[in-house]
Amino acid sequence: MEVITQILESLQNGKPDKVSQLTKQAIDDGIDLKTILDQGLIAGMSVVGQKFKEHEIFLPDVLLAAKAMYAGMEVLKPLMIENDISSIGKIVIGTVHGDLHDIGKNLVGIMLRGAGFDVIDLGSNVPADKFIDKAIETNADMIGLSALLTTTMPVMRDVLDLAKEKGILGKIKIIIGGAPLSADYAAEIGAHAYCFDGINAVECAKRLIEAK
Amino acid sequence: MVPFLDRLQKGDILLGDGALGTMLFQRGLKSGQCPEKMNLDSPEILREVAKLYIDAGSDIVSTNTFGGSPLKLAVYNLEDKCKEINKSGVKAVRDSIRDKAYLAASLGPCGKLLRPYGEAEPELVSRGYEKQISPLLEEGIDVIYFETFTDINEAVLGIKTAKSIAPEIPVCATMTFDKTSRGFFTIMGTAIEQACIELAEAGADVVGSNCGNGIENMVLIAEQFKKYSTLPILIQSNAGLPEIKNGVLKYNESPIFMTERIRELLALGINIIGGCCGTGPNHISCFRKEIDNFIK
Repeated sequence: MEVITQILESLQNGKPDKVSQLTKQAIDDGIDLKTILDQGLIAGMSVVGQKFKEHEIFLPDVLLAAKAMYAGMEVLKPLMIENDISSIGKIVIGTVHGDLHDIGKNLVGIMLRGAGFDVIDLGSNVPADKFIDKAIETNADMIGLSALLTTTMPVMRDVLDLAKEKGILGKIKIIIGGAPLSADYAAEIGAHAYCFDGINAVECAKRLIEAK
Repeated sequence: MVPFLDRLQKGDILLGDGALGTMLFQRGLKSGQCPEKMNLDSPEILREVAKLYIDAGSDIVSTNTFGGSPLKLAVYNLEDKCKEINKSGVKAVRDSIRDKAYLAASLGPCGKLLRPYGEAEPELVSRGYEKQISPLLEEGIDVIYFETFTDINEAVLGIKTAKSIAPEIPVCATMTFDKTSRGFFTIMGTAIEQACIELAEAGADVVGSNCGNGIENMVLIAEQFKKYSTLPILIQSNAGLPEIKNGVLKYNESPIFMTERIRELLALGINIIGGCCGTGPNHISCFRKEIDNFIK
């Protein structure tokens, strides 16, 4: 499918208008929505993610590719809702209270959306109860916590404790990420996974969704 | 004092100071608080830290103004205190160092991605730097440090703004690099060679790297700067990368460990050496001894 290949390429080249136009064309051509999503947009972001992981491209290219992907998603979204095509999972993400760093979290958000997740991004400096309340309100499958400062890592423990207190910890999976963190810390606080980068976050999230 | 750039031109090696953030956390700064607000609330702490560094032998002491841009302060609803925060940051350091060392005003990135990658307008960011540099200038500074930059466009914007409103103040511009299989790059994808070219073109007087790495990687970064830079080079290394052991934050590179590798920086001909996150007065006094030995 020529148009799918073009969507793939234009996404990687960071061309939102082109991706939007090509997505509309693909729909008009009668191509299945899931095919456009999976083989065009998600596949495109997957290539971007891989190149980023291998340091062939960097953050600016990922950000532009993301804009292109979102442009395609905007076209698909209303039709997906109409046709009952849901995302593969819903995750609430944010940088924890006291921490304003958000580039890593934003990248994870891009990769997760790019993999077909519904991502609710609470931004940065987010208190523990806001994560929990939002996850409950939106019936999320997961919470993703980010911290760059070692001084704000303990807030992650508060989120886990609050989740336990509210009885949602098993139902809602919690993943963590950020430079000072580790699998050891995740285990220590009872998180379900530590993700070392955006692509790994997608792998962890998919694994946890499949295990549900 | 002998003008800063004259010292570098003569071939003098200058010693910067160590970390400020980690020192402030040890002195009561709480997670989530605006570090720069301490300039207003507890200037005595900033005076104390400056004194510790000057006593340890620093030739350059920097101000607690890294996040003093109005854009950064706005996050804490403190943008209307921009002038006072920056002025008091300079005053606290000057009170301790007088004319025994150069006073470097520290300026960091605005915290937002510039268009087209993010929403920050370059014009707005430039005006933010102006609003920060003016009070710093008024209070009296010797050097401007643009530190911990990862976006070359933002660094260039900062340098050009500084040079347009404070042409007489030397500008040092340092960026933070990550080691990858393909070499050292900032998260925005700037390589060291590109940084050297563009920072110099923008008008920087000194270029280099700070933060993000322990001393061993910094030596490798320094080698690259030496290869590509036509300007004097400034290197400020972390004391390793932080680890949490039993709930306690530790930076693992001791003064002795770092000082052994400072020798390599000196052998390379690096012009200004300092410390970043996790370093303290003990590191600086060890570096001082090493530099003095080297000069002999």
